[in-house]
Amino acid sequence: MPRRSVRVGAWSLGLLGLLAAVVVASAATGSVHLGYATVAKVVLDALPGFSFDVPASARTIVVDLRLPRIAVAAIVGFALASAGTVMQGFFRNPMADPSIVGVSSGAAVGAVAVIAFPATVPFGLPLAAFVGAVLSAFAVYLLATERGRTPVATLLLAGVAVQTFLGAVVSFVLVESGQSLREAVYWLMGSLQAASWHQAAVAGPVALVGFLVLYVFARDLNVLLLGEEEAHALGVEVEWTKRILLAVASVVTGAAVAVAGVIGFVGLIVPHVMRLLVGPDHRILLPTSALAGAVFLVATDTIARSWSAELLPVGVVTAFLGAPFFLYLLRKREVHTL
Amino acid sequence: MRLDVERVGLALGGVDVLRDVTLSVGPGTFVGLVGPNGAGKTSLLRTMNGALSPDTGTVRVGDDAVADLSSKATSRRVATVPQNASFAFDFTVREIVEMGRHPHRSRFGRPDDGDVVGRAMARTQVAALADRAVSDVSGGERQRVLLARALAQDAPVLLLDEPTASLDITHQVRTLDLVRGLVDEGGRTVVAAIHDLTLAARYCDELVVLGDGRVLDAGPPDDVLTGGALRDAFGEDAVVVRHPVTGTPLVTARSEGGPPRDASVHVVGGGGSATALLATLDDAGFDVSVGVVNEGDADCETARDLGLEVVTVPPFTSIDVAAREAGAEHVLRADVTVLADLELAAGTVPNLELAAESDRLVVVDGRPLDERYVDDAARHRYERLVERAATVPESDVLDAVLAALDGSPDHRVVEADTASRPGD
Repeated sequence: MPRRSVRVGAWSLGLLGLLAAVVVASAATGSVHLGYATVAKVVLDALPGFSFDVPASARTIVVDLRLPRIAVAAIVGFALASAGTVMQGFFRNPMADPSIVGVSSGAAVGAVAVIAFPATVPFGLPLAAFVGAVLSAFAVYLLATERGRTPVATLLLAGVAVQTFLGAVVSFVLVESGQSLREAVYWLMGSLQAASWHQAAVAGPVALVGFLVLYVFARDLNVLLLGEEEAHALGVEVEWTKRILLAVASVVTGAAVAVAGVIGFVGLIVPHVMRLLVGPDHRILLPTSALAGAVFLVATDTIARSWSAELLPVGVVTAFLGAPFFLYLLRKREVHTL
Repeated sequence: MRLDVERVGLALGGVDVLRDVTLSVGPGTFVGLVGPNGAGKTSLLRTMNGALSPDTGTVRVGDDAVADLSSKATSRRVATVPQNASFAFDFTVREIVEMGRHPHRSRFGRPDDGDVVGRAMARTQVAALADRAVSDVSGGERQRVLLARALAQDAPVLLLDEPTASLDITHQVRTLDLVRGLVDEGGRTVVAAIHDLTLAARYCDELVVLGDGRVLDAGPPDDVLTGGALRDAFGEDAVVVRHPVTGTPLVTARSEGGPPRDASVHVVGGGGSATALLATLDDAGFDVSVGVVNEGDADCETARDLGLEVVTVPPFTSIDVAAREAGAEHVLRADVTVLADLELAAGTVPNLELAAESDRLVVVDGRPLDERYVDDAARHRYERLVERAATVPESDVLDAVLAALDGSPDHRVVEADTASRPGD
């Protein structure tokens, strides 16, 4: 087996190449079809240090219309897959996903509240969703903590209870508000329709910094997989590490949910598939999962976008493709129960 | 590095699992924790590595209390081999062993530990498994992987929780040889919970007997095993005997058997012929006595180990009148008398006469007469006995005794030939 750093590098480069290909293919796809070469030139032209002569219309379509959405898709996929990888390791549970501590439900409450009672605050909806996400994760953490210890099983159950409760709040607000139902349901299904460069500029750095912090803890996460007592015996400050991982993973998820709504399955299935390919070591699993998440969401959003004029929420596509694939892996016993 | 446990008390879920435990282990010492299940061995080990914080008292490693040290600092001083670890996800054996280096690595620096991992795997004979998934290796191999991880951790204090529990006998001995080597050559401080008392006695410098969360006894294995603490810890069924070849203490437990029976059995034996009988009858709950045998005879030792009443004469002397009288008294008092398949020497005659006084006699005929030493006078006596007794192979003794007790007229079983003649 080659050295780990070589494997990390090779996998990351390969996935970056794949991401570039998917981005170009996605930017070429749409109601106006553009050639791959044109798209590639536009993309490169937008980067500093390159200069190509491209038609202004193509530039407008790619840079102003398609790329923002592609960028947000990549960022959201990257964020959800990183957080999902960490949550599965943290909980030692194959069914853990980024929303397991109530992040998505909290975000939904914030978002639906803004939709039902519109306020004119810049970034009103994403901001409310983000605040809701982080608050609910914090509430779950507090509920599960007793005398400075947060048992993972309690955290899981508190997460389920809070999710159920917040789900009821969302339904209640929706029913009471009436008229904005369609918009809210659309948001809940997870959609990148409202994506903009602004969103990318805010969510991107949050996802990247969060990822780097999580990556620094990759080795601790490996040791935590042996169980908390073992991890303690091997020198991990268990409670402190758990707190950091939980907080950062929740913020990263919150940023993704705030801009894209509740997109299911990316954070669940991408880490599983990458674990099959590269193994359980988080030093290689975390970066490859994050990149694969970006590839996966850009690709599925392209399918969603090109499916029909009636815009199909990407969350529907990820679940529609992801769930059967996951079941296939499960039946093949490729996905191990822990 | 010293390990000191000072008056530690701990309650888990409202139950006191450790009560006022004090013990102290110096460098180059191998201490075995022994005691029945639930005695607090694992809990004690878990307070030693800081996984549990004691309610009262302190655990010190070197000069510092474990409670005051960070996880990292503790893990550089104390390595632990847990009893059973769950392995979520498929790490390879090498990856698991490498995790032992975690306490020595900084978050950002490059690892610089030479080939500690490789050497640890070689010493525990898991190098060949390095690239296998740890979930695919056997339980015993996994236990050695955990030992390798602890070696890679390179800490002066090593705690082991049942390190040999799922190992075959060869690897049990190899593992303990390895640990012994770490103590003797590396000067390490080792504390191990070992349920196999015989192995513990063979490898440890000191044994600490735990019972119900307390230290019942501590000291060199010989003293501890022959003291009364084992019975206090394990109950009346623990039996310490000497290994016939090495002379080291062997510890075993009698099966609980049925409830005590309201019946007594006297066994006439000698020369080891009755050893197995005694255990069988005692296990079955009979009130068993033995005699007459020579002091130091194997049957005498067994009877003493089992706590039975024995009628003896000094070594190498023949049975005198007083002993014969005492024996006869037992035979008359006993509900059933069993005659073991002893050698029929001239000196056996008084014993055969004793047996003849019983009205309910069972004769064990495990070996044919021509395989025994037979004296003419003794043979004559013996043949007369056999005529009026139930003669059974050793395996049927219990049934024969029960039949004799029932007083069934047909308890007399005459074997056409010896059932268990070897080589027929």
